[in-house]
Amino acid sequence: MQVMEMDTASDASTGVREEIAAGWRAVLPACVAVIPLGLALGVLVVHSGLAWWWAPVLGAIVFAGTMEFLLVGLLAAAAPLAQIAVSTLLVNFRHVFYAISFPLHRVHGAGWKAYSTFALTDEAYALTVKPESAEWSRARIVSIQAFFHLAWVVCVAVGAGVGSLIPPEVVGLEFAVTALFVVLGLEAYKVRRSLPIPALAVGCAILAALVSGENMLLIAMGMFAAALVGSYVFAAWRSRSV
Amino acid sequence: MSDPWYVLSGIAVSAAMTWALRAAPFAMLAPIRHSALMAHIGERMPVGMMVILAVYTLRDTDPVVAASAGPAVLALAITIGLHLWRGSMTLSIFAGTAAYVLVTSVIAA
Repeated sequence: MQVMEMDTASDASTGVREEIAAGWRAVLPACVAVIPLGLALGVLVVHSGLAWWWAPVLGAIVFAGTMEFLLVGLLAAAAPLAQIAVSTLLVNFRHVFYAISFPLHRVHGAGWKAYSTFALTDEAYALTVKPESAEWSRARIVSIQAFFHLAWVVCVAVGAGVGSLIPPEVVGLEFAVTALFVVLGLEAYKVRRSLPIPALAVGCAILAALVSGENMLLIAMGMFAAALVGSYVFAAWRSRSV
Repeated sequence: MSDPWYVLSGIAVSAAMTWALRAAPFAMLAPIRHSALMAHIGERMPVGMMVILAVYTLRDTDPVVAASAGPAVLALAITIGLHLWRGSMTLSIFAGTAAYVLVTSVIAA
């Protein structure tokens, strides 16, 4: 009787170990891909005048790459907390849609669910968007997220260490953030391949910069979001009146 | 240099908002999943946000001063061109940034 119980227990733990290994294999390419970004964020933190150890703290607590790059600039400029909150709301709003396919029903237990939603990054979404993930174990899903979390924090910390070695004559490293947004914008453009939306966004950004350089981000994103809601209402109204 | 309590509060505010956006939809799943307005916005928002953020990061670039706008235009062309050609995020970001750093560092020296 006791022997049988021990057997089941050891079976379960090998199963968990295999699932964690499967999670590791699934997440490895994403961990490699994120190395340059993590290093760049660490370098940026040091060059923004923040102490190096803020880099891993930021990476561990916020854990939303694009927002972290923006947040470093906002913190360095001593932006009001309300602006940080609204910028986060607008930049990370896309995460609302990840609930549609993420297999949270496989992650049992309130604590595990809390971590799993906390670590629901773009990459975690991309790695679990396939239909077979609905059958994955909690160990596999959470290990994908935790390995990615760990890789990110390590890269950011190393970047901050390397960043303090770069001589002050080297300027312009902040363009990495611009390039990141441009590349992510091109990737997002591929979803619809429609030019009016990015053109509208450029218009909102330039208009907002002319109105107030300080609050540009907030004004531009607010105008853009309002325009999207407006275009939806207009399309709905027109389809009803036809 | 910066007040650590301010930095910590900023990080906490951003983290709390991010978590709320990720966790809340699971709680109020049904209405959001099937809302046509959400689908409409969700499909169009990412590209617009990235464009606004890219313009925002260039806000200190003066469009009529060649020494300021020149490196930015060159680096943007390299980033966009390489990305459309090769489609590798790492390569596009690295090459564009390297070109910008090289040109601005030479101009500043």
